[in-house]
Amino acid sequence: MTETMTRNDTRALDGFLQSFKDLEAGWSKNGQGWLQPVRRAAIARLADIGFPTVHDEDWRFTSLAPIVRTAFQPAVGAAASVDAGSLAPFAFAGCDCTCLVFVNGRFAPELSTSSLLPAGVRAGSLAQTLADDRAALEPHLARHEDFQQEAFSALNTAFLTDGAFVSVPRGIVVEKPIHILYVTVPGSAAVATHPRTLVVTGDGSQVSVVEDFVSLGDGAHLSNAVTELVVGDGSVVGHYLIQRESRQAYHVSTLRGQQGRSSSLTSHTVLLGGALTRRNIHPVLAGEGGECLINGLFMANGLQHMDNYMKVEHASPHCESRQVYKGILDGKSHGVFHGRIIVHKDAQKTDAKQTNMNLLLSEDAQIDTKPQLEIYADDVKCTHGATVGQIDEEAIFYLRSRGLAEASARALLLYAFAGDMLQRMKVEPVRRHLERLVTQWVPQGNLLEGVR
Amino acid sequence: MLEIKNLHAKINGREILKGVDLTVRAGEVHSIMGPNGSGKSTLAQVLAGRESYEVTEGEVLYRGKNLLDMSPEERACEGVFLAFQYPVEIPGVNNTYFLKAAVNAIRKYHGQEELDAMDFLALMRSKMKLLDMDEGLLNRSVNEGFSGGEKKRNEIFHMAVLQPALAILDETDSGLDIDAMKIVANGVNALRGPDRAMLVVTHYQRLLNYIVPDFVHVLVDGRIVRSGGKELALELEEQGYAGIEGEAAQLAKA
Repeated sequence: MTETMTRNDTRALDGFLQSFKDLEAGWSKNGQGWLQPVRRAAIARLADIGFPTVHDEDWRFTSLAPIVRTAFQPAVGAAASVDAGSLAPFAFAGCDCTCLVFVNGRFAPELSTSSLLPAGVRAGSLAQTLADDRAALEPHLARHEDFQQEAFSALNTAFLTDGAFVSVPRGIVVEKPIHILYVTVPGSAAVATHPRTLVVTGDGSQVSVVEDFVSLGDGAHLSNAVTELVVGDGSVVGHYLIQRESRQAYHVSTLRGQQGRSSSLTSHTVLLGGALTRRNIHPVLAGEGGECLINGLFMANGLQHMDNYMKVEHASPHCESRQVYKGILDGKSHGVFHGRIIVHKDAQKTDAKQTNMNLLLSEDAQIDTKPQLEIYADDVKCTHGATVGQIDEEAIFYLRSRGLAEASARALLLYAFAGDMLQRMKVEPVRRHLERLVTQWVPQGNLLEGVR
Repeated sequence: MLEIKNLHAKINGREILKGVDLTVRAGEVHSIMGPNGSGKSTLAQVLAGRESYEVTEGEVLYRGKNLLDMSPEERACEGVFLAFQYPVEIPGVNNTYFLKAAVNAIRKYHGQEELDAMDFLALMRSKMKLLDMDEGLLNRSVNEGFSGGEKKRNEIFHMAVLQPALAILDETDSGLDIDAMKIVANGVNALRGPDRAMLVVTHYQRLLNYIVPDFVHVLVDGRIVRSGGKELALELEEQGYAGIEGEAAQLAKA
């Protein structure tokens, strides 16, 4: 916010335009020619609109200065330098699930693990599918996320090369989660990756997908991810995003959900890492009777900045949406929750609710929370509420009066505040993994042993 | 066990306790009665170590040690327990886990080994029975969504599990129906013994039908103005606090 106007700094933009020129020739040779018009349209749009500034209402609380003044290099394949052992800490214990590993944006089959998936279920590389079976992608890929309006989506689409593709046929239930690990190995120059994920679920199917962003080593980098989730009628989809990149990482990721009739989408976001993170979640309840639960937990300290932007679109009648976001902010960190609910004209009987609760642990931590309701139907129920507070000293005294040391009492209350969000996660190995990450984050979280 | 001498305490610059003297020996049950605003709850909170109260004068000895020098958790570990008038709701903290942490913190303080899950469960089960607790309450967040009666019962349950030497009950009877009160009183009476003492703070005499005190003290305007046996409680029940408040006012003038 304190940065001056950044519109004029075009180092990042110029770098991307140059990279696009350099890469364009190669792309048309490797069988992905059909994507070229889409990529060109996207880069042209980006050149046109540029990156947003704090004068754009949707970016009011987040200065992109550190990003727009960096000339990012395209990330180069580095899978060979990655030892499988170094990825072990990111695996979910007790879950021999399919894990698709991408290093610097490219699929790394040698680091990935597969488990038996039900017949017809696909989980693999988007690049491979682009080459082998583009017909499976054409109806969905880049059809939902609007790169005309969103600079980072335009950027992602312009450089769309690889990422995960998951497809579940009608009526199939995938029991184990599909883990998509996006690894960045930073180099001496700042690199950018643009992972693209496409998940398509058939009518009445069920699947959970975890997108997990990590850095191996230090160095600035940008992860600019876009995920399109096309949810069939009556399909039940769980989506998890874990942001645990390094403190030098910039992370912008967008989840765009397109929901069919009576479908259910649950989105969990846990932000722990990164210097600057912007998380966009944009479900469109396109079919009648759909429901969408958006849960988020962001925990920041030091100088971290975490911006959560929701745009929940009710486009059909009888749909229900719930947003619950919790933030814990320490040090000089800055959190943002911007929750927009749009109820279209025909979306009668909409039931939308939004809650944002924040704990500030230090004098210098800051939170901006902003609800925004745009309602064009007349028979709807929409509520929102936000709270900002400190740890309840009354509760601390209560716990101490029963024998708990003050530090343990504080750790316990912090964990409890966050733990509530973890309890909502249905995939147990993922939940347990995150419980551990949150415990590690909590100051003196080691005291929680035996308390949880 | 407990010796309170000329205790003065204030909050936000206002003096609430104006020289309380009280001696409680092991094995005794004392009741502190008094009108609203007389300082009963302040006394209970000061004894438990509430930091928002400032002790300006006097001393409190607990088993010969200076109680006021101890942190709230040290007091708990030394065997002081306060059953809160308004038990705090703690969303996300499981009642059972919390109690286990408390039991083990106290055991650790005394150099004892931590209880394992099985022993702890056995302890919980026996105390649950004593208080006719619904097992469901154990797996819920501490006090969250509990009714008034459930919260009070949970306090006594905590007390039964932690087995304190000095239990301070702050208006544990308020908001309880007669059945709940009997259950709570059972729990309290089960803890009575020659090595323990209790301070029962209450506005009404009702609870004292079930927890029969050895001594009754009347606190008015921050001082104990009368002390007596259990019959004093009955007298107050009949005559109300008005007479005693009048005496106290006279006393203050004189």
